[in-house]
Amino acid sequence: MSMDKFTALTAIVAPMDRSNVDTDAIIPKQFLKSIKRTGFGPNLFDEWRYEDVGEPGVDNSNRPLRKEFLLNQPRYQGARILLARENFGCGSSREHAPWALKDYGFDVIIAPSFADIFFNNSFKNGILPIVLDEAIIDGLFKEVFAEEGYQLTVDLEHQQIKKPNGEAIPFEVDSFRRHCLLNGLDDIGLTLQHEDEIKAFEAKYKAASPWLYR
Amino acid sequence: MSAKTLYDKLWDSHVVREEEDGTALIYIDRQLLHEVTSPQAFEGLRLANRKPWRIDANLATPDHNVPTTAFNSVEDIVDPISRIQVQTLDANTKQFGITEFGIGDVRQGIVHVVGPEEGVTLPGMTLVCGDSHTATHGALGALAHGVGTSEVEHVLATQCLIQKKMKNMLVKVDGRLQPGVSPKDVVLAIIGQIGTAGGNGHAIEFGGQVFRDMSIEGRMTVCNMAIEAGARVGLVAVDEKTVEYVKGRPFAPKSEDWDAAVAAWQDLKSDENAQFDKVVEIDGSKIEPQVSWGTSPEMVSDVNGKVPNPSHEVDDVKASGIRRALDYMGLQADMAITDIPVDYVFIGSCTNSRIEDFREAAAVLKGRKVASSVEQALVVPGSGLVKKQAEEEGLDKIFIEAGFEWRNPGCSMCLAMNADRLPSGKHCASTSNRNFEGRQGAGGRTHLVSPQMAAAAAVAGHFVDVRDMMKEAS
Ligand code: SF4
Repeated sequence: MSMDKFTALTAIVAPMDRSNVDTDAIIPKQFLKSIKRTGFGPNLFDEWRYEDVGEPGVDNSNRPLRKEFLLNQPRYQGARILLARENFGCGSSREHAPWALKDYGFDVIIAPSFADIFFNNSFKNGILPIVLDEAIIDGLFKEVFAEEGYQLTVDLEHQQIKKPNGEAIPFEVDSFRRHCLLNGLDDIGLTLQHEDEIKAFEAKYKAASPWLYR
Repeated sequence: MSAKTLYDKLWDSHVVREEEDGTALIYIDRQLLHEVTSPQAFEGLRLANRKPWRIDANLATPDHNVPTTAFNSVEDIVDPISRIQVQTLDANTKQFGITEFGIGDVRQGIVHVVGPEEGVTLPGMTLVCGDSHTATHGALGALAHGVGTSEVEHVLATQCLIQKKMKNMLVKVDGRLQPGVSPKDVVLAIIGQIGTAGGNGHAIEFGGQVFRDMSIEGRMTVCNMAIEAGARVGLVAVDEKTVEYVKGRPFAPKSEDWDAAVAAWQDLKSDENAQFDKVVEIDGSKIEPQVSWGTSPEMVSDVNGKVPNPSHEVDDVKASGIRRALDYMGLQADMAITDIPVDYVFIGSCTNSRIEDFREAAAVLKGRKVASSVEQALVVPGSGLVKKQAEEEGLDKIFIEAGFEWRNPGCSMCLAMNADRLPSGKHCASTSNRNFEGRQGAGGRTHLVSPQMAAAAAVAGHFVDVRDMMKEAS
């Protein structure tokens, strides 16, 4: 699947101030029964977001909201950047988690650390996960809480985040993943450019481990 | 040549190419597929007009959505959305010619139980599955990764995975386990010590006396939960037990292939002087039976310990995490773990649904009854073959006489995608692997334990040290 190109964005930041946010919380299991990749946005953080228990196929627009939940607060409407704590996206490998975040409208997640599989899945769906120092994250949380409508600019090309006061925070990203995101490249297409190498490896490997090919 | 870890060896033998920044293409020997994370991958193949690279590298079985009550065919699945997902797997495997152990096949079950049981998982291979508990297969010395759906599609189409090499971590547990302490307690104790992010970015090798002494099924229980320690990969070195376990299984190599394979597997261990980026050492003789009290697998305690008090925690984020967990779990700070009531009991999941798990639980339940305060107690085998074996050993009768329901194989109440759900506010002694909020059912309160601790809790109606219960009897 090819993706949209990711370049730069300026958007409202939603602060999720808890560590170890797991993929069961991001998208509860009942929604994993879908055989599609889209439509998960309304059920993002379902159990935290709504008063009742969500089920697939139900119209979410009439469900009672938990007013205090982050994404239900008027000040964070339209947020496309999620500010998070340690080990974001831990637990199950469900790619439905980044699908739900993306479908809701998040393009960037900033955290001190991510769970490995989630981190990987994010890139494959045009979401940029950014790792920053705990101290910088702490500072960002304070600023987001203090100022309604707080926005950040994330510039992948130049690998930096710009704060409203103009201060720039540099961030690291794998060159391969950056290249794929910037150009909206499809992993499978890229890999198949090396088809001959894979075939050559396979032939050699098969000769050495024939029992794997019977 | 410098000394290598087991992970280094498995990695090196599967690198097809490597970019300058370390991004590599890794050849994948085996892919296991189930109904939840594969439909979008097959759809992607179709849309791009692609074919699987190597059809016989794949094996599929439905597990997450499957009812565990008696039923005969896919059409009998009552929930229409679940039924469509299982039917979609049937249709996709049929279209692409992939072997499937479908509903009604005695080999059907949880992918991570089925793979090793059938000899589909072999030492030295690379294996992926669209499921984070794929680390389980590392118990056989295989490099097994849990992957997302895009990667499922990528492996189907290219037989490769794009990966960067992880770091090496060794968790060394020496000494001998006390009687009544199980592999589940070992892995919960490890997670309690290193935390759920302790293994992030690392492949964990479990080494030391405790794992050498452990059965292969026990090693699977431990590797299964590597992901709960943050590691995508868990590994145990190959030894005679591994070879013995694999021998004669339906998909295992035969005759001269077998001899060649066994010879190749001899090297599947870390070299003597191999360097690890991180080493954690734990004294196995000090590990006690564990019970999780919170909403993350690192929130565990010795059974004879207490629920923590957030006011003793210096770190603010941690203290608020504890507070939130106690609130969700309906527990008071400082209460004894053994005072937590148990309303539901679930023995099953890819962590603890194998024959040895059932033997351990049955040994506790023999001649005892589930407490009247327990509303439901379920035993769910990991596969049709585990079920059959247990019935041949008469274990089903012990469970049923004690007051358990003896079910059909599947994931069941581990994540409650089928009809088996933990109701809101109820406490469950569960042998599964995740105690996240809502995992076993919205509002449900999960406590992770070993099979023998779950059985003991079922009898007592609250958590109890299984060793005390067994002592009373003798
Ligand atoms: S038993 Fe539970 S953890 Fe294991 S594969 Fe099934 S749902 Fe996932």
